[in-house]
Amino acid sequence: MNTMTLDAPGYSEPASPQTLEKETVDTRTKVRETVGTPFCDNAKLKMRNVNVFYNETQAIHNVSLDIGRNEVVAMIGPSGCGKSTFLRCLNRMNDTIEGCRVEGDLTLDDEPIYGPKVDVVPLRARVGMVFQKPNPFPKTIYENVAYGPKIHGIGSRRAELDEIVENSLRRAGLWNEVKDRLDKPGTGLSGGQQQRLCIARAIAVSPEVILMDEPCSALDPIATARIEELIDELRKNYTIAIVTHSMQQAARVSQRTAYFHLGHLVEVNDTETVFTNPEHELTEAYITGRFG
Amino acid sequence: MDMHFDQHISRQFNEDLESLKTEMLEMGGLVTSQVADAVEALANADSEQAEKVLRIEEEIDKREMAIDEHATLIIAKRQPAASDLRMVMSVIRIARDLERVGDEASKVAKMAIALTDEGTAPRGYTEIRHIANAVRKMLNDALDAYTRFDVQAAMRTLAEDEQVDMDYRSAVREMVTYMMEDPRSISRVINVLWTLRALERIGDHAKNICEQVVYLVEGADIRHGHESNLKNT
Repeated sequence: MNTMTLDAPGYSEPASPQTLEKETVDTRTKVRETVGTPFCDNAKLKMRNVNVFYNETQAIHNVSLDIGRNEVVAMIGPSGCGKSTFLRCLNRMNDTIEGCRVEGDLTLDDEPIYGPKVDVVPLRARVGMVFQKPNPFPKTIYENVAYGPKIHGIGSRRAELDEIVENSLRRAGLWNEVKDRLDKPGTGLSGGQQQRLCIARAIAVSPEVILMDEPCSALDPIATARIEELIDELRKNYTIAIVTHSMQQAARVSQRTAYFHLGHLVEVNDTETVFTNPEHELTEAYITGRFG
Repeated sequence: MDMHFDQHISRQFNEDLESLKTEMLEMGGLVTSQVADAVEALANADSEQAEKVLRIEEEIDKREMAIDEHATLIIAKRQPAASDLRMVMSVIRIARDLERVGDEASKVAKMAIALTDEGTAPRGYTEIRHIANAVRKMLNDALDAYTRFDVQAAMRTLAEDEQVDMDYRSAVREMVTYMMEDPRSISRVINVLWTLRALERIGDHAKNICEQVVYLVEGADIRHGHESNLKNT
């Protein structure tokens, strides 16, 4: 039974042995393979038979999924379902967690993400990430955005950097609010502004994919609406995967929605289908707030 | 078929959905008896009963408004998705159909009063009774299918509308013949025609209700002849 304790260390939620056993049976009988449309024709990211372990504990079970170019894929599911773990595989953020092992084929533009020769620094420039809590560096607004291009050697001259900073802040919808105080600390901005600053920082290095891990959960509805508007705008140039606890947000921003349950990818379908007529009973139970 | 509307983590949500459905089914019961009373008033030349039908009509309008309001509140408060959303949408649509059935019942009641005042028109009553029985059964069966989330029953009931339409057309031809034979009967027979028309429309509304049963259970929109959408789900 220990092998079915699916939560990552430090994320485990109290569960009695009885409920775990019950869930195990449930999952075995209900989740055999992913229903819906996990694959697409113009895949930017391809993941096949991905298994993730935290030491002996398996957190992701045989997940296969494509994320297409200029597509927003939302990943939803209850706490501990593995959606964040899966997202973090896509730019090898899990490498930083001790005891975490990723198996399976993951490719970006058909090149392996976990290849032996892959350097994670340029990989993470191509696959940027925005976290739940806005985490600007304790530096000026300008430096926050210019830092990435500098270390990746993208903008060497001041004029080039100025242009990158302005463009990134404009794209993140923050330019007008901060253009007169670029030399002030990024930490002095409001929560919503900080999150848009982090998005500006992520896009400053011209990534191809942006991963977002609950980017709005610490924001008020207006700041959330701005970020969602921004996601829609960014989709024209980037591939986006977003983990969210807000079902309405998934419904609003994504073209496809993936539902994770106890480390299994239960269903992937057009977002419209998922929210009006989901195929799998577990998806239905989750998005309608029923006992799964 | 079980749709598990009582299994939300929020008990209040269970209750909200349950009471919305109950409200709609109660309205359905009221409307069904309106149709029965209106047809009976016509058959018995009972203008008093017809007047009663017209009085209750107002109550039906109020119920439609109340259902709309409660459905709006559920959408605003709960943002229902999937089957919950389809439940709310289907109740709103069915309530509108039921309100229109109520309107048709009132038309029949008005014809009952007119025909009683003018003296009865013995011709056409058989046809009226025949079509009235058919559409009352359709309406009952449609609401019953909704209560039991029974798609098969809904599809069977839906198919009955074709027969009602055929019976209606043949009744109209019959009435035209009467009018040609005896021009003095024209004004009375026209009242019979309006009644037949109202009853035929009730069949259409019952059919719409059946389509909402399919939408609720299967998530397929089969309105306006899109039955193939059901096979695709």
